[in-house]
Amino acid sequence: MKVLIRRPRREVELPGRRRVREVLKELQINPETVIVVRGETLLTSDDVVGEEERIEVIPAISGGAQ
Amino acid sequence: MKCSTCQGKAAIEIRRHNAAFCGPCFLGHLERQIQRAIESERMLAPAERVLVAVSGGKDSLCLWEVLRRLGYETTGLHLDLGIDGYSPEGRKKTEAYAEAHELPLQVIEVKQETGFTIPELGERTRRPPCSGCGLSKRYLMNRATLAGGFPVLATGHNLDDVAAILFGNVLHWQTEQLSRMTPVRPATHAKLAKTVKPLIRVTEREAVAYCLLRGVDYHEDECPNAAGATLLLYKDVINQIEAVSPGSKQAFYQEFVKKVQPHLAAGETVTLRECDVCGQVTTGEVCAYCRMMERARQTTVRRGRVTRTVLEVPPA
Repeated sequence: MKVLIRRPRREVELPGRRRVREVLKELQINPETVIVVRGETLLTSDDVVGEEERIEVIPAISGGAQ
Repeated sequence: MKCSTCQGKAAIEIRRHNAAFCGPCFLGHLERQIQRAIESERMLAPAERVLVAVSGGKDSLCLWEVLRRLGYETTGLHLDLGIDGYSPEGRKKTEAYAEAHELPLQVIEVKQETGFTIPELGERTRRPPCSGCGLSKRYLMNRATLAGGFPVLATGHNLDDVAAILFGNVLHWQTEQLSRMTPVRPATHAKLAKTVKPLIRVTEREAVAYCLLRGVDYHEDECPNAAGATLLLYKDVINQIEAVSPGSKQAFYQEFVKKVQPHLAAGETVTLRECDVCGQVTTGEVCAYCRMMERARQTTVRRGRVTRTVLEVPPA
């Protein structure tokens, strides 16, 4: 599967079918800080991503000034 | 995973509520959370006229969209900070949203107002850029709210923001700041606008999901000055705790506001007055904004080097 991580922008390729929570764990991304989408569909942690599919990890955390 | 409300396929899991929602049920859930925060904290009166601070990012556009849908009479306020490669996109997204929904929008260019962009201000005052930016925003937003005759200013501070600010203030025992950490800051002086934070029950992750599901096009990029900001470090630490112990973030802030802040505020005696230079509200003779601007004006930048030029010699 292909995983597009938006910030910093990079694409990672992972082998096999995996649940979203396993993908995030493999990439060491805290699930509390992102939204994962396949196309325009939001995925939950138990959704399975197929080997030929592409998902995007959208960062949620931002901010500098109070 | 199934939606806790309709048993359809879930789109988002919210572990601190031990719930998951499909798209339509999540939109209703988030809007109800904001409405509850507004009502329980008496932030806004029904259909009240409100100035909404909008950067073009997910939080402020989520806030504007929800307030619009809840029937408040909203006007957007955008501050163009003049940060190359960052500010133009935020302004573009804000203007596009206002135009699409035929909503009034006021744009203030910081350079035009102060003579300096935010990066120039940071360079001249030798303060961290976020510090000068935050101070400028608070000052200009307060002034715009009063000038426009708005009864209240709403900002897009979310649960992650307030929890991280609280964490930082506790870490350094900033009791003065802690005593002011409430979702509503009342207008305790004629020159001080009432400010509210309707997103205090909403995480940044939920604001992103809301914008995606509603089709709100927001500015995704992070401010270049925020890289390495301590607030981001605090958010990271809190979210690591939240991942192991869901609900900790919300409890940390809400229980502080309920159990600790009132005691701190009771012991605080602040006398507000008008700044000798600009007439805006302050605790001293000259407000922090005017002092910062004076410092910036007294500094000249030559060939990339910053030099302080003392214009006036104080009496011996």
